[in-house]
Amino acid sequence: MLTGTIIYALINSVILCLIAMGFNLTFGISGVANFAYGAFYILSAYTTWIMINSFHLPYFLSVIFSIIFTMVLGALMYQVVLKRVRGQAISEVIATFAIGLSILELFRYLGFVGFEYNLPPFIDASIVIMGTYVDVQRIIIVIAGIILIMALWFFTHNTSLGLAFRGIAQDERTALTFGIDSDKIATLAVSIGAGFAAIAATVIIPLGTISPSDGYDILMKALAVCIIGGLGSTGGVIFASFLIGFAERFTDTFIGSHWTMIVSLAALLIVLIVKPSGLFGKQKELEERI
Amino acid sequence: MKKRKERIDRGIKARSGDIFALSSYREMIYLSTPRLVPIIGFLILPLILGIYWQKVLLSVAVFALLAISWDILAQTGMVSLGQALFFGVGAYITGALNHYWGVPPFISIPIATIMGGIICTLMLLPVLRLRGIYFSMVTMIIPLMLVRVIEATKIFGGTEGLTGMTPLPSRWVEVYLVIGIMLICLFGFRRMLDSDYGLVLRGICDNDRSVTNAGINIYWYKTQALFIASSIGAFAGAVMTHVYMFVGMPVFALDYSMFPIAAVVVGGPGTLAGATLGACLLVPLSEALRGFGGLRIVFYGIFLVVFTVAIPEGIFPYIQRKYNQFERWVEVDK
Amino acid sequence: MNQVKILEAIKINKNFGGVQAVKNISFEVNKGELLGVIGPNGSGKTTLVNLITQFVRLSSGSIKFKGKKIDHLPPHKIIGLGISRTFQMVRPFYKLPAYKNMIIPLYSPRARSLLGGKYGDRDAMALDLLEEVGFERDSFVAYKPAGVLPQGYLKRLELAKAISLQPDLMILDELFSGLSLAEVASIVPIVEKLLQKGISIIMIEHRLKELFKIADRVIVLNYGEKIADGVAQDVMESEAVKNAYLGTEA
Repeated sequence: MLTGTIIYALINSVILCLIAMGFNLTFGISGVANFAYGAFYILSAYTTWIMINSFHLPYFLSVIFSIIFTMVLGALMYQVVLKRVRGQAISEVIATFAIGLSILELFRYLGFVGFEYNLPPFIDASIVIMGTYVDVQRIIIVIAGIILIMALWFFTHNTSLGLAFRGIAQDERTALTFGIDSDKIATLAVSIGAGFAAIAATVIIPLGTISPSDGYDILMKALAVCIIGGLGSTGGVIFASFLIGFAERFTDTFIGSHWTMIVSLAALLIVLIVKPSGLFGKQKELEERI
Repeated sequence: MKKRKERIDRGIKARSGDIFALSSYREMIYLSTPRLVPIIGFLILPLILGIYWQKVLLSVAVFALLAISWDILAQTGMVSLGQALFFGVGAYITGALNHYWGVPPFISIPIATIMGGIICTLMLLPVLRLRGIYFSMVTMIIPLMLVRVIEATKIFGGTEGLTGMTPLPSRWVEVYLVIGIMLICLFGFRRMLDSDYGLVLRGICDNDRSVTNAGINIYWYKTQALFIASSIGAFAGAVMTHVYMFVGMPVFALDYSMFPIAAVVVGGPGTLAGATLGACLLVPLSEALRGFGGLRIVFYGIFLVVFTVAIPEGIFPYIQRKYNQFERWVEVDK
Repeated sequence: MNQVKILEAIKINKNFGGVQAVKNISFEVNKGELLGVIGPNGSGKTTLVNLITQFVRLSSGSIKFKGKKIDHLPPHKIIGLGISRTFQMVRPFYKLPAYKNMIIPLYSPRARSLLGGKYGDRDAMALDLLEEVGFERDSFVAYKPAGVLPQGYLKRLELAKAISLQPDLMILDELFSGLSLAEVASIVPIVEKLLQKGISIIMIEHRLKELFKIADRVIVLNYGEKIADGVAQDVMESEAVKNAYLGTEA
């Protein structure tokens, strides 16, 4: 049982990391609050489903379309809504959360709930690792996750666009004086973050069904991982995903499934109270505490 | 000839701004109408509405209380994304007192109000020092966590909740109790926020460093505001437990957190009256749209976004302005 | 001369995650004197003030006020003991009338106990205090929203807020900045009147000419360290100070 738990914990950690990456890109690295993140995740999954089942497009095309569609939606959301409330963190949170709420509840109202709403896995098989059955899909998730995380790391640390993202979060005014168009960069940040959500959804959703309620959970998980790891620190997010991933799996196996979410939320609360910038975030002494 | 729009106080507003208002009936009516209309309206409505709409009115008052509670916190610089916490804690305290020990509502409700206030304040004390957004996130997370804890530990009835609460003596008591408290809170706390004490609270919101520099312990005042707001929320939850004669996990639902925010955003933050107005508009609207089921929440979401982005000051200031001032086009001198 | 030390800073240090803002500084302020604090930009002057009032915690060292250690106290308590400060960047409550800005300091425990009871008429007190710093009563300027007041009046408002707390030590952070010569000339007598009342003052300034006219002693900071400490005349002529401000020959 222990090996099995460890293996699933590893997989769970990568899943969490994949989910949190896009959110970290927007909120942590670029400083734009996108609390419709969970909604985008679910929306992209439904879009793929609709493309496949209602329009009978091939799987690959549906996925590509869905990712692009979600990215466009993200950019649109920034241009129409976020741009007007930039700077007032709470308004950003409320406005984007309200949008996310509307999207998720709209799907629920339109009846997109049920077992038939699922996405096909890439390869429907399972293999045995160290005495535990693991679906190939999960292996694919891990591989995809590692590739994406490395790509993201490279992007934010080595490309000028990535550095621009970090610039607007650190000090918008200075970034402007460097000729960085804050609005354009922020639009890209939200858009790419949403795209990440879509990619994550594509690989992860096949493990289960698409459900609007999951949208809130996804947001909570992403938030928890990013805050605990430290907003903006890619390394921190990776570390936190593993911390929480293992904590969740072990709690589930040895204590009880009801306590899984409690453990994550409690960890989040403790971090917020003791070190709000997260385990690896840069402590901004004067900004954090009053 | 270029023109610009000019806004000036109405004559009657200028005349009634001071004690001389007492010299004329017109001015006295002008001043008292905005206050008397809601008071009389709320007091008379239960008498003319049928049972169904009386319950809606009850809901209006409850959500108005939650919205007022939110507004008080917001004016002190704390944005709560978890009004459900106050509501739920108050609900469970009175539920537990009544269910396990048979405490009658007219004792358990006040206890729930005060104890709820104390417990919620203590829960949030550790985060009072944090920057706004972190405080808000914690307020959002605690109710979510409490729900899971109740589910996991099965305390207080677990997923089924507690049933069989003692109801209030009659539906008249129900509706007038809540309306009465709501009116007292509305006018009383408006008065409080207008006083020097309220100035300190609003100062903390605007520039907390400056208030600290004035030798005032901002955490003590924030704690006070938190206690007031959470007690109001706890009262709302406690009363509803006896109206529905049930308390369970749904008392920590997102609805109780989102709706007050929507009400304040629509009515106009910063005035308490806006919060009440927002509740008066949204609750009946929500009832009228009951046929649409889940679509209502979509409407709220859209409403919330539109108002946050396009009409941030809300409806109440607009009405207030129309009542107090008039506009006219004036030529611009070169 | 038997001087009572009203403030003592003993080997104070402040490290901001790698940046040493204040390095091993010790100095003292005698009762009733005006100590100037000068130094190039970034030398740690404002951090020094933040440390004295504990808006920022010390990394090491200690600070004594009237002989008692204060460096473990929160800012509002230190102000309650009798130290007031003004801020370099004046940020009043813009929409409120000037005199309403005074209500908040007058609401503090210290002001309430020293100025007469919890229920004193704060509005009247505010107007009186403002008149003392030059808000002419007949012009009703005290009733104007703080947002429309020019810098000279805003600085006086800051000063009045600090005075309302009945301090024994006042720290004025760049009081003269942004003021015209005439405005400085009209504000100096107010500062001198405070000294006459026995209040000790620390003034951080960039306007050296005006400061040296009224300062008893001056300390000079550069890159977080104290490089000079003495009477204005001596400090002006010290090599270290000249190098700090003007640089050395390459």
